[in-house]
Amino acid sequence: MKGRDEIAQALAASGYIADADLATAISLMQLLRRPLLLEGEAGVGKTEVAKALAKVHATELIRLQCYEGLDQSAALYEWNYQRQLLAIQAHRGSDSIEDQVFSEKYLLERPLLAAIRRAQAPVLLIDEIDRADDEFEAFLLELLSDFQVSIPELGTIPAITIPHVVLTSNGTRELSDALRRRCLYHYVDYPDVDRETRIILARVAGASPSLSLQIARMVEGVRKEELRKVPGVAETLDWAAALVGLDVRDLHDAPETVHETMVCLLKTQEDRARVTGEVTQRLLGKVA
Amino acid sequence: MSCCGSSPGYDDLDEVSRFVSARLAAFLRTLRDAGFRIGLAEGQDAATLMAAGYAARPNLLRAAFKHLFSARKCDWDKFDGLFDAFWLGKRVRSRSRTIGSTPGISNPSLKSLQDRSAEQGGSQSVTDQLPSSDDAPEGRFGEGRMEGASRADNLAEVDFRKLSDPDQVAQAHEAAAQLAKAMRTRLTRRDLARRRGYRLDLRRTIHRNISHGGVPISLVKRRRKDKPLRLVVLLDASGSMSMYTSVFLRFIHGVLDQFREAEAFLFHTRLAHVSDAMKEKDAGRALDRLSIMAQGAGGGTRIGESLQTFNRWHAARVIHSRSCVMIVSDGYETGDAALLGREMAALHRRCRRIVWLNPMMAWEGYAPEARGIKAALPHVDLYAPANSLNSLRALEPYLAKL
Repeated sequence: MKGRDEIAQALAASGYIADADLATAISLMQLLRRPLLLEGEAGVGKTEVAKALAKVHATELIRLQCYEGLDQSAALYEWNYQRQLLAIQAHRGSDSIEDQVFSEKYLLERPLLAAIRRAQAPVLLIDEIDRADDEFEAFLLELLSDFQVSIPELGTIPAITIPHVVLTSNGTRELSDALRRRCLYHYVDYPDVDRETRIILARVAGASPSLSLQIARMVEGVRKEELRKVPGVAETLDWAAALVGLDVRDLHDAPETVHETMVCLLKTQEDRARVTGEVTQRLLGKVA
Repeated sequence: MSCCGSSPGYDDLDEVSRFVSARLAAFLRTLRDAGFRIGLAEGQDAATLMAAGYAARPNLLRAAFKHLFSARKCDWDKFDGLFDAFWLGKRVRSRSRTIGSTPGISNPSLKSLQDRSAEQGGSQSVTDQLPSSDDAPEGRFGEGRMEGASRADNLAEVDFRKLSDPDQVAQAHEAAAQLAKAMRTRLTRRDLARRRGYRLDLRRTIHRNISHGGVPISLVKRRRKDKPLRLVVLLDASGSMSMYTSVFLRFIHGVLDQFREAEAFLFHTRLAHVSDAMKEKDAGRALDRLSIMAQGAGGGTRIGESLQTFNRWHAARVIHSRSCVMIVSDGYETGDAALLGREMAALHRRCRRIVWLNPMMAWEGYAPEARGIKAALPHVDLYAPANSLNSLRALEPYLAKL
């Protein structure tokens, strides 16, 4: 089991610039054997945490994307219906065919089943759990406490390893208290200027420290404007890559390019109309 | 707590263990009073952490407890202040105040806890019997208890117009938003439940598989083109309703979001379509925009005329057969009551249900005597009070049946 400082180092080495608390959360996941629930606005990098965690543990990342109407057949397992039919056709008249077609060979693993049947514990990312409905949430809670799956035709399948579970939520729906209590909670906020600067430096090749700092400050200013869609970290990185690609070394030298490339940050027509040339100038004026 | 020094006697160990248990139990109680929902398992995990050496590093313990005890963003935001107040004796930020500390006895801080355990040595676990919030030891140590959330239970019954304290208003807003979220979820689930059932399209499946000699190798699933339930809210923003407008705006903002079909209108002497303002993600900002729109001309309420405008210009676009129209108004019509009756009848023919919420209904001695409400009532499917959080809550089963 890794300690907190070791985890912080591993996160940094994997290219994920974490805030101070995240390493604590990850070490607690191991110590208390609890899943981690990440909440925060879209685009703050919640999914990245799971990817970084997989790198820290040097293990596989298994992702389950939730959506309205997600059910067990998409999340847990499904019988390979077409293969079963073909087998029945091929072995017509055979008595044992029924036992055969309901065997492991015809079972399709979905993410949740895959996550408990790996030799090395993977990271299981349950993305946007708030998009799934209450029933699925209840089923998930059961799985997260027992770590075994019952398949009527096969019996109970216990977990070979217990995965590191990360859930993310954008808060589109209120999650149950039971699920919240089961998990460790971490709120992922937009990064501050210092952290965002370091993220740009780590992720965008060719971005100088001074340019990264200017971009981070500019984005901070943009986030304070009244926007319909606040730009996330991914947008910042797109914008930084665009500026570097256009050979901008200092934002003050190319105000027009800065304004034109702001489309990387502003994702709705309304927001683009709101951030006029004057607004860009005003924000640039605040960037040292 | 790390093991150091010589082995202490049993009684001493017990003393430290009891001391730590008591402090932890008191802290859990403080958190529960501040609205955290903490079960036994969390308490035991906290004790495990204290025993695992976290208690010796306050910053680390704060971060660990924050992850363990928080369950939502409001907990996350409050936690540091509560922790510092309790363990480090700092003043509490935010709106909660420290009360009830036993006079003359300050909080034994983390520092003193470490000192005691260092004196005693030993890394004993304190998981044995954490007192629950009800039987935590009293009096011996000061407990930085907070007031605030314990009032939440009573808040559910309080009439919105009696909320004067900004804290209470903020809590009512928060609760209204939470309630709206929960309601929205369940309503969406109703939609889903209806969609389940027989999903295989046999006719198309057989047709598709003619080339396989009729063996259904590839399946065709039935895709139901469900009309989602649509909520259309008409909110009276006239002077007589001003006490209720802000909480309702918050509630409606919570119910309407980008995942459900919904439309919102405000009316006083005229009608304003406010769905766009409601789509503003930030509730505070949405409310600001709406409040500006809600500033009536002070010329009374013309519900009939507003409905006429709605029926004429908006209804065809925003209402379909699975629409529920929710009117929030006290029914004081200063215009033509007969017109209101006619327009209500026209509206009723168009939509599935009309719910009329009247905050005054819960007032003692209130009877629907106003001309407006009398003319409207024959066309209303559900007439209910909506003056407190509980009365809003009571609506949900009804809305879910749509």
